[in-house]
Amino acid sequence: MTPFKYTRASDAADAVRKGAATGVKFLGGGTNLVDLMRETIERPGELVDVSGLSTEIVETDEGGLRIGAGVRNTALAEHRRVRTAYPMLTRAMVSGASAQIRNMATVGGNLLQRTRCSYFYDEDGSRCNKRVPGEGCDAIEGFHRGHAILGASDACIAVHPSDMCVALAALDAVVHIEGAKGARTVPLVDFHCLPGDRPDIETVLEPGDLITAVELPPMPFAAASTYRKVRDRASYAFALVSVAAAIEIEDGQVRDVRIALGGVAHKPWRATRAEAALRGAPAGETAFAGAAATELAGARPLADNAFKVRLAERTIVSVLCELAGVTA
Amino acid sequence: MSIFDDAKQAAQGLVQAGMAKAVALAPDSWVPGGKPDPLIRQRHGAIGKPVSRLDGALKVSGKATFAAEFPVEAMTYAAMVYSTIAKGRITQITVSEAETAPGVVVVMTHRNAPRLNPPPAFLSESKAAAGDSLPVMQDERIYWNGQPVAVVLAETQEQADHAASLIRVGYEAEEAQTTFEAAREQGTQQSRFMGQPLHDEVGDAQDAFAKAPHKIDATYTTPRHNHNPIELHGVTLYWRGDGSLRVHDAQQVVAHTAYTLARTFGIDEKQVVVTSPYVGGGFGSKTLWQHQILAAAAARLAKRPVRMVLSREGVYRVVGGRSPTEQRVQLAATDEGRLTAILHRGLTVRTAHNVIAEPFILATRSLYGAETFLLDVHHVDFDMLGNTFMRAPGEAVGTFALESAMDELAHELGIDPIELRIRNEPEKDPISGLPYSSRNVVEAWRSGAERFGWERRNPVPGTVRDGGWLVGMGCATATYPYHRMPGGAARITLSADGRATLDLAAHEMGMGTSTAQTQVAADRLGLPMEAITFNYGDSTLPGLIMAGGSQQTASIGASVIAAYNKLVGELLKLAGNDSPLAGLKTEEVGSRDGGLCALDEPDRFETYASILARAQRDTISVEAEPPMPLETMHWSMHSYGAMFAEVRVNAVTGEPRVSRFLGSFDCGRILNSKTAASQFRGGIIMGLGLALMEETQFDERKGRVLNPSLSEYHVPVHMDVPEIEVMWTDIPDPHAPMGARGIGEIGITGTGAAIANAVYNATGRRVRDLPITLDKLL
Repeated sequence: MTPFKYTRASDAADAVRKGAATGVKFLGGGTNLVDLMRETIERPGELVDVSGLSTEIVETDEGGLRIGAGVRNTALAEHRRVRTAYPMLTRAMVSGASAQIRNMATVGGNLLQRTRCSYFYDEDGSRCNKRVPGEGCDAIEGFHRGHAILGASDACIAVHPSDMCVALAALDAVVHIEGAKGARTVPLVDFHCLPGDRPDIETVLEPGDLITAVELPPMPFAAASTYRKVRDRASYAFALVSVAAAIEIEDGQVRDVRIALGGVAHKPWRATRAEAALRGAPAGETAFAGAAATELAGARPLADNAFKVRLAERTIVSVLCELAGVTA
Repeated sequence: MSIFDDAKQAAQGLVQAGMAKAVALAPDSWVPGGKPDPLIRQRHGAIGKPVSRLDGALKVSGKATFAAEFPVEAMTYAAMVYSTIAKGRITQITVSEAETAPGVVVVMTHRNAPRLNPPPAFLSESKAAAGDSLPVMQDERIYWNGQPVAVVLAETQEQADHAASLIRVGYEAEEAQTTFEAAREQGTQQSRFMGQPLHDEVGDAQDAFAKAPHKIDATYTTPRHNHNPIELHGVTLYWRGDGSLRVHDAQQVVAHTAYTLARTFGIDEKQVVVTSPYVGGGFGSKTLWQHQILAAAAARLAKRPVRMVLSREGVYRVVGGRSPTEQRVQLAATDEGRLTAILHRGLTVRTAHNVIAEPFILATRSLYGAETFLLDVHHVDFDMLGNTFMRAPGEAVGTFALESAMDELAHELGIDPIELRIRNEPEKDPISGLPYSSRNVVEAWRSGAERFGWERRNPVPGTVRDGGWLVGMGCATATYPYHRMPGGAARITLSADGRATLDLAAHEMGMGTSTAQTQVAADRLGLPMEAITFNYGDSTLPGLIMAGGSQQTASIGASVIAAYNKLVGELLKLAGNDSPLAGLKTEEVGSRDGGLCALDEPDRFETYASILARAQRDTISVEAEPPMPLETMHWSMHSYGAMFAEVRVNAVTGEPRVSRFLGSFDCGRILNSKTAASQFRGGIIMGLGLALMEETQFDERKGRVLNPSLSEYHVPVHMDVPEIEVMWTDIPDPHAPMGARGIGEIGITGTGAAIANAVYNATGRRVRDLPITLDKLL
């Protein structure tokens, strides 16, 4: 770890002011950033601790929730209103990491998790365009069983590791940001970037930008939503594929639906094609399978992760059937 | 290995083969274990009781001091830099920035490291302990991707870690052999194990296979595995003014390590003291690797004590693991399911700098009574970190192949897989021709099958469903040999206050050895457990005792028997003519209630205190070595188990999960039913990992391990492990000390195949390539 300066922000404005300087990083729970600092992949000159700011969860006037960026993952997962109104979010959170990590990790930090690609982590011995833009990617012809099948580029096939963000993507969450030019909001689905030729740029945040909150709009039919994570062991493993979904059915027809996928792309993947295919369709396995196939038609798998296409399709169908109460 | 070494090994093999014939034909009574250990008959002592670990309270309260916790004045902390190429040379190494970083005491590279001899590699001679025989930081040569190229010592660990990150290394890479297929094309070599070729032929197996009405011919592959004991490899050491080296290490071979360090530094063996009172898991990995040598070299350079704890990544870079295997198994059988041929051949990977090839045919040599055999292991040499032993080397992966093939044959024949195994139960060892010392695997099968509810298994694959899960049952035989390595010794000191101290250079790595051996010593000496002090984990104590190959129990047992017999002889001499014991011979005497008695007349008795008092002695101390372990050339000595798995495979996602497991063992007498159950379960959990998830990502392009962490190298987490039931026959082996055979490794054997066979029963999908991940079942 490279020596660094540690300061604590007194409020959001103070954080934004301090964060504008080069080499400054905001510190939440530190569950990913400190690991990366130990590996010397991140070498900030200064850490500004923002974990004490905005730690509340409040109901909005519209009937949604505004979740402070400093809220710990465990607190959010256990929150009564989250459990009843947005159960997919609770399920996503408790399927991530371990209880100890969730007790530390913050909501803001979770949004900024970096990929667990082995080549990204192997600073000494491997090439990675995310670490050193233009250097090359050793994953494309290396171990990529866990890598992206959607939206990847020739420069990067890494996936976003978060479970929470997949649920947030499905729930139309909005990210509140405080920056040098004032406050703004960005829909979660637009917050993370696809890799393109600059995989080192992972979000739309500008230098000094601070995430202050994540807002969930009201979504009554999300009360029966779910999250299914498929992985290589029963706990403490990243998703090979995960599906967050909510569906509203009226008279046997799909009135509205939300689907997001994890473990398949550089960002939480909102399955807009599948959703569009389903709206107005009869709720049943045939339509679900057709929608899943439509979404995955854009997949560009590599040799060792081709299974993810079928796995994603099957998991989407299974989750939708479960929510719709029809047998697969 | 050089041609000369190969020739030497071959010659040793011939001598051993000649001796083996003579020992095989010798009368039982001439052979160690020929006369059963009298303790076997004693059924009401401490042996077998579920005694909790004597060091358990110390461990859970944090009071047990592990290698990296010993406080030393003026300590320095070490960090290492590892090579990023597999073969070539260092062209440039820039350390100036590191040397001037805060807190740095010294930076050591090949340019300033003390001159050292190459360490003798494990098994190359009896006391050798090194993972390989490569020179350690002596020149600019690079032999594997991950080789240490610099050591930083600093006042704190954080300062050392930071300074190490400032070192810049330039390399000139040479073409390295790191690709399985390319290496195979260049030719394979015959592998050896303990000096003997891993090749066996009985009859004409090829011909028998060709003519058989039923046959299986399948290839099974197992990946590279790395060691992940929970305690990282750590060492605290310092040089004393007299030129001696004091080492607090995490060890399973203290005496071997002291010797090998002495050879490497060119000093006398007695000048190196290695102790290791507590070890957080070994599994074959807690031997001598470059980190201890480099720590000692850096300590010499800095003239300061050194603590070096490998990071988890460091363990993957510096400590060897299990090599990958590709095994072809061919089985031929009659209509009745009698095996007419077993052919088990294949390829593994090794380095040229050690003598360890994964011996995956060992279990096949003695498990089934086939008429003909053709067994063989070949290897290719890689430019990689020296591979090593990992829990049940050979058997863990070999039984996966053999026992999967047996299941395939059972299915082909339409015979129950347990019945097929019982029909091929041999009367004597099919290859050596030796009688079995004790073999009750059929009993283990029958009792295990009843307890597990095997009769509820539907033999038609893919037919049982529970909600969204496909459910299946599978079974496999577990087996591991009884070993006893030469070199054991023990000292017993008896004092007039009725206490006894046992001293052996043995090891406690968490499995319960010190507790179980205290129970044994109490029974042998006729003393309560509280009166026994068992000293171990210290290279200055008697014996060259390896905690490996499940042989430590036998090695300690035979050593203590030898010392005990000598003690009885000495006590009888001291007792003289005034004792009730007068006139008795050593073999006529046993112990009870703090004294000696005639075995046939327990009332002829005198306490140790009384004997010592009459002789005006406060203590008596004896040391003795057991006879050479010839028993394994006279009997075929093995432990067995019947392993049962129930698995659930998700019908949508293919996720495989083990929902139930039972191991029914036949391992001779169990010395401590509590620690034994834990060891069996631990082995089974490791076998579950082998079956479903463990795999080192070795990038063949660079010969580099890409998942050197517990987050990316998967071992089972609690949620992966179901209730595991264990049971045992508890039938003593009449030819083993205490009637006990070691149990450290057998749990991992057979487990992989039992799970794979259950997956087949659940899904109809036969996965022959480990680990069984969901993509292979979709």
